[in-house]
Amino acid sequence: MEAQILFDTLKGKFGDAVVELQGEGCSPAFVVVAPAKVNAIARFLRDDPALSFDSLMCLSGVDYKEKFAVAYHLHSLKHRHAIGLKVMLPRENPSLPTVDDVWPAANFHEREAYDLFGIGFEGSKDLRRILLPEDWEGHPLRKDYKYPDFYHGIKV
Amino acid sequence: MSPDPANGLPPGPGPPPAASLAHGSAPFPGLGPEAHVMVGNADLFVNWSRKSSLWYLLFATACCGIELMQAGASRYDMDRFGAVFRATPRQSDLMLVAGTITHKMADRVKRLYDQMPEPKYVISMGSCANTGGPFYKDSYCVVKGVDLLIPVDVYIPGCPPRPEALIDGIMSLQKIIMRKKNFGAKA
Repeated sequence: MEAQILFDTLKGKFGDAVVELQGEGCSPAFVVVAPAKVNAIARFLRDDPALSFDSLMCLSGVDYKEKFAVAYHLHSLKHRHAIGLKVMLPRENPSLPTVDDVWPAANFHEREAYDLFGIGFEGSKDLRRILLPEDWEGHPLRKDYKYPDFYHGIKV
Repeated sequence: MSPDPANGLPPGPGPPPAASLAHGSAPFPGLGPEAHVMVGNADLFVNWSRKSSLWYLLFATACCGIELMQAGASRYDMDRFGAVFRATPRQSDLMLVAGTITHKMADRVKRLYDQMPEPKYVISMGSCANTGGPFYKDSYCVVKGVDLLIPVDVYIPGCPPRPEALIDGIMSLQKIIMRKKNFGAKA
């Protein structure tokens, strides 16, 4: 499916929650959506028979310095088409609704984004650090992260 | 000494000379006159037995572990040095740290080392375990050398080291073990 058609479909259904279409002609193009509606849009993308994005390939955190983003790469095994979703978040206290009730695979990806970027996912089944130790301070992939000097008495 | 005329061979030690027993007392009390006694170096014996059965803890955290498996398999066959892998620290003499150690793993390394019985040895295999390797600069999560956690006997360079290098490291450790003094006077 063409990204523009999909964008128009989402725009017609969700209105202002669908902000813009980024990178048309790229694979995949990204539809930028509002944080509050991401769960409803994800559920629509999965359940609509013409779209049926049944596979969340990847969920990534992004640090743009002045803001954060969460990028979703979606793929449909049925229709063999793909699209990206992107959610822009403020620098202070970035948080958005979880999608792990739509695609259970989202849980590990969300935990990774939480661990390394400190992005909160509201309503998540199990949101805790996945890679770093539980008592680690800070979120290392943030651009303004400062390395600790010592961790448990070992020089970092 | 001249060769024995009967078979042309040098004379062997033969039976203990009767003259030494002529005074009516056995040379070693309680063993009788026919006792054969070998006198040797106890350090040499203990060290030889230790170096000949270096059971190593299979502790592979990265690609060095693949070379470690390769060195343990039939082509390079570390078994011929008495080095066989163990899956538990309780049966291990040698900890082969093969791979990158992260700060999250550091506690486990320390705990496994503490669970090994004495005497125990550590070989640091590969650049990551030696110094942090490619993660030395700008890594928040990698320990910059396993010697920050536990004492290391032998460092093997390489990324990863070939099995020959690993075997050379084991042989170096055997030489170190042979130099140990176990029964000397305590300082």
